[in-house]
Amino acid sequence: MSIATRKADAATGIGPGNPGNPGNLDRLLHMYKQMVAIRLFEERVNDLYTRALMPGLAHLYDGEEAIAAGICEALTREDYVTSTHRGHGHCLAKGASPDRMFAELLGKEAGYCKGKGGSMHIADPATGNLGANAIVCGSAGLATGAAFASKYLGNRRVTVCFFGEGALGQGVLYEEMNLAQLWKLPVIFACENNLYNEYTHFSETTAGEIMARPAAFGITSVEVDGQNVRAVYAAAAPLVDRARDGGGPAFMLLNTYRYHGHHVGDIARAYYRPKAEEQEWAGDRDPIKLLGDFLLKEGLADAAALEKIGAELTREMDAAVEFAVRAPYPDPSEVTQDIYA
Amino acid sequence: MLDTQSAPALRDLTFGEAIREAIAEEMRRDKTIVLMGEDVAEAGTTFKVLTGLVDEFGKDRIIDTPISEAGFTGIGVGAAMTGMRPIVDIMFGDFLTLIMDQLVNQAAKIHYMSGGKWKVPLVVRATMGATRRSAAQHSQSLHAWPSHIPGLKVVVPSTPYDAKGLMKSAIRDDNPVVFFEDKISYTKVKGQVPSEEYTIPLGVGDVKREGRDITFIGTSSMVQVALGAATMLEEVGISAEVVDPRTTWPLDEKTLIESVKKTSRCIVMDEGYGRYGVGAEFAALVAEGAFYNLDAPVTRLCAMHVPIPFSPSLEDVTVPTERQAFDLAMKLCGR
Ligand SMILES: Cc1ncc(C[n+]2csc(CCOP(=O)(O)OP(=O)(O)O)c2C)c(N)n1
Repeated sequence: MSIATRKADAATGIGPGNPGNPGNLDRLLHMYKQMVAIRLFEERVNDLYTRALMPGLAHLYDGEEAIAAGICEALTREDYVTSTHRGHGHCLAKGASPDRMFAELLGKEAGYCKGKGGSMHIADPATGNLGANAIVCGSAGLATGAAFASKYLGNRRVTVCFFGEGALGQGVLYEEMNLAQLWKLPVIFACENNLYNEYTHFSETTAGEIMARPAAFGITSVEVDGQNVRAVYAAAAPLVDRARDGGGPAFMLLNTYRYHGHHVGDIARAYYRPKAEEQEWAGDRDPIKLLGDFLLKEGLADAAALEKIGAELTREMDAAVEFAVRAPYPDPSEVTQDIYA
Repeated sequence: MLDTQSAPALRDLTFGEAIREAIAEEMRRDKTIVLMGEDVAEAGTTFKVLTGLVDEFGKDRIIDTPISEAGFTGIGVGAAMTGMRPIVDIMFGDFLTLIMDQLVNQAAKIHYMSGGKWKVPLVVRATMGATRRSAAQHSQSLHAWPSHIPGLKVVVPSTPYDAKGLMKSAIRDDNPVVFFEDKISYTKVKGQVPSEEYTIPLGVGDVKREGRDITFIGTSSMVQVALGAATMLEEVGISAEVVDPRTTWPLDEKTLIESVKKTSRCIVMDEGYGRYGVGAEFAALVAEGAFYNLDAPVTRLCAMHVPIPFSPSLEDVTVPTERQAFDLAMKLCGR
């Protein structure tokens, strides 16, 4: 991480050395808002689900907010992302609006996919979101393909492929990494290691060192504290710039933790993950607390300002839920639409 | 000493419990059986079907894998060729797409290509069935895919009794068998299962209800739907027969054709797609075999030909219902 961080510090001034730059303050506050928005969104998903208002499954992203917020901060609206079953955070950070997301989660006509996709499949071309994917590693090909198109078309877009460490088990990932490096494609492989593939610790499913895998292809890679949004941004920004300028792919290993179960219904989880571990991550390592404390300590924001951000986003999220709950379901005749373009 | 007094003990088991019991009994009997897949050990699978097996058989035989379906299925094929009887667990049947090379180009053809020299006694467990609001990548019923391939056997049980007896036969079979388990049935479908040992041969259908006027041929989840429709039809004086082939290959052609010859009408019900599907095959079979006895066109009632949508208001119209089966039967019976 050190090289990338130094570059980011120099390029953007974000980092412990230079927090006072006004442009950077906007960035820090924006990332703070993004993370709070994701947290509040997921709390409401949990609530909707437990009140039986939400059908299907919900895989929550709370705890991992700094990754989506930090990486997407380094992207333009036109850049692409691909996402996973745990995708609400990526969607929001890339600019989707919560009302239409909630509507999709509830299977409503007003949802991003007219209710056809649901929680695991939100896609939004307007914000460069190629789609969340419910097949583990299902989007590695799509992301690398989008990067191929960007290079071919010369539109200078970068694609970020978000995936959980469970996807390291899929062979197709290595085919794509090989192709991306051979052809110098502008794709960032962002591996979110939240320690568990469903109910199994990643150490039981992953041989050797994760960082040795991109290294085997000669792909530039960094390991980052995924709870520290400043570090995530600082690591991502130069890699994104490099990819945009034709420097080829990169791999980011982001160490993180999901606060909830694998999905909302995964409540009795002591058999695979100790309570103490959960408390440890949710305490001093909480990404929102970490950035909040930093802002306060550096005198960049006061408690009232942070509270105001929370209150405003709470109102927005509550209104979004309200919108979605009231929205109508699609007409059954919609079922045969959109099969072919 | 023979105890002629006591009748064979019957217990009510769920569909999922019957499958677990079959696997446990076979694993006790045969040490070469191992089961591998994602979260099969302590978690007992996503659907909790295998809960407790790891306690009895240990982690050497109930094996958690990485999320590497193609990889561990390949291991299953190789180990099956060389002295073991592996069971591989494909959590969602949708992920069969990921193992197609191992299954279709490898497992299915090895016996034939080697002139009968190698055998692949492998069981692939996979799930099927929609209406769980799991959307397009977690709801498909892809049993037509392996059914299309010579060299594979395919089981689509509908009751706990059948699931247990067929699972035991699948494990003992010397060929690759794909065993499809309906997700909703795991806990919803209960039925009587004897505590004594029994097996059901692959390729023998079962008449789940006798009738005179129309035959429903149903598989898996659709057997219950057909039975429901048959009850509704009885109330209006139509006698419906429900036939469950239980395996799509080998296929009990005779039982299917004889039933339709008797009733002269047939509705084929299957939760896979009708087009180019299992339903299409059954329909062709009875149209050929019972043609001169037919009083109405053989008709398919299968999943709507769309990717399975998420929204309840959309998903619910993609799967055949009792009402639809009833209405269609009325029409075919001229009512
Ligand atoms: C190919 C495939 N295999 C299995 C699954 C079932 N499944 C869904 S999420 C998951 C675990 C994913 O772990 P990871 O990639 O680390 O992501 P996380 O859930 O931790 O965010 C599994 C096995 C799937 N969706 N796709």
